[in-house]
Amino acid sequence: MTDGNHSRPDPDALLRQAAQEGKGRLKIFLGAAPGVGKTFEMLSEGAARRRDGVDVVIGVVETHGRAETAALTRGQEIVPRRDVPYDGRILSEMDIDAVLARAPRLALVDELAHTNAPGSRHPKRYQDVEELLAAGIDVYATLNIQHVESLNDIVASFTRVRVRETVPDRILELAEIEVVDIPPDELIERLKAGKVYLPHEATRALGHFFSKSNLSALRELALRRAAQAVDAQMLDHVRALGVGGTWAGTDRIVVAINELPGADGLVRAGKRVSDGLHAPWTALFIETPRTAHFNDAQHRRVAEAMTLATQLGAAVATVPAASVVDGIRGFLTTARATQLVVGKSRRSRWFELLHGSVVDRLVRDTPGVTVHVLPLDARPAASEPRQRRGAGWGTPSGYAITLLLVGLVTAVGSALFHILDLGNVALLYLLPVMVAASLFGLRTGLFAGLASSLAYNFFFLPPVGTLSVSNPENVISIFVLLGVAVATSQLTARVRAQADLAAASARTNATLAGFLRQLSAVNDPSEAARLICEDVARLFDVQAVLLAPLVGPGLAVQAASTPDYRLDTMDMAAANWASDTGTPAGKGSGTLAASEWLFNPVRAGGRTLAVLGVARDNGEPIRADQVPLLSSLIDQSVLVLERLRLEMEMRDVDAVRTRDRLRAALLSSVSHDLRTPLTAVIAAADELGHGATPELIGTIRNEAARLNRFVANLLDMARVEAGALKLNVEPTDLADAVAGAAHDARRALEGHAVQLDVPPDLPLVLVDPQLFHHCLLNLLDNAGRYGDPGTAILVAGRHVYGEIRLSVCDHGPGLPPGREGEVFETFHRLEGSDRAAGGTGLGLAIVKAFAEAMGMTVEAGNRPDEPGAAFTLVFPTALIVRAVASDAV
Amino acid sequence: MPARILVVDDEVAIRRLLRHTLERAGYAVVEAGTARDALSGAAAEHPVAVLLDLGLPDRDGLTLIPLLRRNGEVPVLIVSARDATEEKVAALDLGADDFVTKPFDTDELLARLRAALRHRDAGNTAQKTLHKADLTIDLDRRIVRRGTEPLHLTRKEHDVLAILARHPGRVVTHDRIIAAAWGGDDDPRIEYLRIVIRNLRQKLEPPGPVGSLIANELGVGYRLLVDP
Repeated sequence: MTDGNHSRPDPDALLRQAAQEGKGRLKIFLGAAPGVGKTFEMLSEGAARRRDGVDVVIGVVETHGRAETAALTRGQEIVPRRDVPYDGRILSEMDIDAVLARAPRLALVDELAHTNAPGSRHPKRYQDVEELLAAGIDVYATLNIQHVESLNDIVASFTRVRVRETVPDRILELAEIEVVDIPPDELIERLKAGKVYLPHEATRALGHFFSKSNLSALRELALRRAAQAVDAQMLDHVRALGVGGTWAGTDRIVVAINELPGADGLVRAGKRVSDGLHAPWTALFIETPRTAHFNDAQHRRVAEAMTLATQLGAAVATVPAASVVDGIRGFLTTARATQLVVGKSRRSRWFELLHGSVVDRLVRDTPGVTVHVLPLDARPAASEPRQRRGAGWGTPSGYAITLLLVGLVTAVGSALFHILDLGNVALLYLLPVMVAASLFGLRTGLFAGLASSLAYNFFFLPPVGTLSVSNPENVISIFVLLGVAVATSQLTARVRAQADLAAASARTNATLAGFLRQLSAVNDPSEAARLICEDVARLFDVQAVLLAPLVGPGLAVQAASTPDYRLDTMDMAAANWASDTGTPAGKGSGTLAASEWLFNPVRAGGRTLAVLGVARDNGEPIRADQVPLLSSLIDQSVLVLERLRLEMEMRDVDAVRTRDRLRAALLSSVSHDLRTPLTAVIAAADELGHGATPELIGTIRNEAARLNRFVANLLDMARVEAGALKLNVEPTDLADAVAGAAHDARRALEGHAVQLDVPPDLPLVLVDPQLFHHCLLNLLDNAGRYGDPGTAILVAGRHVYGEIRLSVCDHGPGLPPGREGEVFETFHRLEGSDRAAGGTGLGLAIVKAFAEAMGMTVEAGNRPDEPGAAFTLVFPTALIVRAVASDAV
Repeated sequence: MPARILVVDDEVAIRRLLRHTLERAGYAVVEAGTARDALSGAAAEHPVAVLLDLGLPDRDGLTLIPLLRRNGEVPVLIVSARDATEEKVAALDLGADDFVTKPFDTDELLARLRAALRHRDAGNTAQKTLHKADLTIDLDRRIVRRGTEPLHLTRKEHDVLAILARHPGRVVTHDRIIAAAWGGDDDPRIEYLRIVIRNLRQKLEPPGPVGSLIANELGVGYRLLVDP
């Protein structure tokens, strides 16, 4: 982390606070032991709140027959308990449903650690409380310190009483904690006075448990735990506000993991420090450019150390940084750590003089942090050859080429010796040295320097032919050659390392870019899930699954890299944990590390969109240096999944809006289009009583026909909307189809002649005759309605450019230019709904729906030749039946 | 005594309407509201034809067709609101003579009924010669003439025309036509039939609306419209 981040509010902390806001608040009255007066305190405060006008009920309170406690419950509303028959007895439990139904502002719940009767909704009372909180009900609860899960061992170790009913620490972290405290002497007095109720099993250990030393210890634990809770909440608060600087609080320990043998020892040391200070701790690995050159053993050691740390209860973090010191320093500040555990390799004094000591710099640069240094046993260069080029011994061919070059230069030098002086010949020898050092690394370079100086000495330095040097200044030439070899190889090695780093980062970027590019083209969430799994599986050589939260509780597998993945109960528990808490769970994490899988939540805006699970076939965790890339991929996945989710929501909203609009249009259309003809029919029938006239009969007939048409269209539309269109395609003669439709529509088309203009050899088309008939009926009906009275309707078919275009043209006002496409919308009528011509607005929508279902397209426009509208059905080549062999017919 | 027609429909209004229409056309009407009444009516009253609704309260009208046909060769006309082509074809295959879809045109209904009755009167021996305006179709000699001028038809065109002409005024399903005209071929296909019908129309029908001689029954078959 860099300094720029310090004063920025931590989004996660803000989100945690925001998530807390809709929920009820929990206050725990924490006591060191039974009898300190927790219940009394809770009831008093409940009564006080009630007097303030708060709606308070008692969910459950155990008075244990104590008079002053019972007195406090009087005047308060108590939700009746629920009797649960169990094992021949009747157990009385808090009625969670009744409390939820009562929905008070505040509920008082005694004995948070209580175990519910079998068959209750939740096995534990604290789970009931969680449900109340989730329902927005504030809860006051009581708890004794020995029931806190993380302290269970400690309490048992000195009291020799182990309680089985524990409450997870996370509950305490949610809560405001009030310690109900009385001095141990007073408690013992109360005990002796019989004012303390003790459960049966505790009486046995009574004498021991209530010793003064035990009570003191328990009291200290309670106070310390309360302080810790305050600290955690303070930390969240500080983070949310973006307050920088060191924050005093209890200790926080960071263990800096490295790749050396003995890293596990560091972890154990961290655990000891943590236990001693009773403080949370984090195992930290700093990823530097050097990490990329780790060999497998080094990667494994880091991963193992991190896993061990999670198993011992540490949080883990991997932070990329330019150097180890920078990374640790940055993390210490953001985590507000007070203690640092580092390892110190037994490096030579030379090495430290050259490179500086990490430990010294840490001590110097992190004032206010106690640094614990552990000696580590590490000689990496000797025991484990690095995989780095340039630092190795070089290759035989490198040495051969070097020798060849030296020989060549010697030959050239000899040839030109008569025109060169000795100094220039020495310069010539720089050539093989630089070439060898830059191409083959330090050792080959040194070899070249040595060979060159020997050759120079032997062939050129007087006395020629011997390896002795007569002139002392020539010794300098030899040293220069060796020095150049060292300098050049160092320089090249550094350049090469930088290039490697750049290449690695380019590879990472390319991977991410490829990942994103592929995903950005995806519009389907399940397709995106599949791609994410496949990419993660390919890039990290793991199995990957993506689980998405269901509407209710639980997760469902959305995609997996291989079909034969296996998720057992433990794995699903880890996945659910990751989903619910938004923190990683499973192998290599702090939670449920026994799972074979590591589950990372994919979160946006405080909600879990999905959980990505990864597992190695060989059971090893993901390599520490790959973790940042995995996080980047997850971050990218967040963007993609969030985009898809938003798109889907938009579509849903659009669909709902469209449906609402359609429903409104349908209602108005139905009432108009059914009532108008019915009115006409009823009125005409009444008139018939006074004598039938051809007009009246015609009215009844035509209006009834109109009703019939409308009902048919409604039925058709219902079939389209229900997705129940079953196509029964057969080769159809367009002339035949048009003639049939014109025949059936003849009454609606009264006054309009239908002119069919279709070439005799027009190919047959593949359509569903029934659907196509309805298309044509509606088009003809439409043409008859909007064409000027007495004008002809032209139906023209043409076979052009591999398509067949069948147009139904009327002679009338035509369509408003620029709005032709709108006519196909359901219930759309271009000029208001109460036109004399009537019509449902359904017809053309049905034409479009049916035509598209059959693979055609429809076009609406105005006739080019004369005024009027033209509706064209376009049959693509696929729907055109090729010519039939003439001998078959 | 006028010929009796059995009208089977569960809707009183439809029965009343049909009674009115049929009596105006000179028939006597026997009504039945259920399948059971229909069967007993058919046995007791010896109707010359049955108008059958498919949606009956006690059983599906389709299953009634074979039972009604058992009492001699009484033509059965389906009068139903069901318009799915599969049901029409099923009804025809079960032995119905024709069908009329509700809401129907009474003139059309009467025409269908007449065609069915004519067929019954002619027995199964088809008419030898059919006329439509100036067109003459001589089935035995496979000659078609407009006025006195003979028209040339291909063999398939003759085959298709012949099967239609054996049931004048009545619908003949695609399958039956194809079986009659292309029965021996390896791959008889409906597009052949479409092309032959188109050619027949071009040769035989007068200018004007398509289908004046050979009417298309959507998705079901064809009907030859000739003068009575």
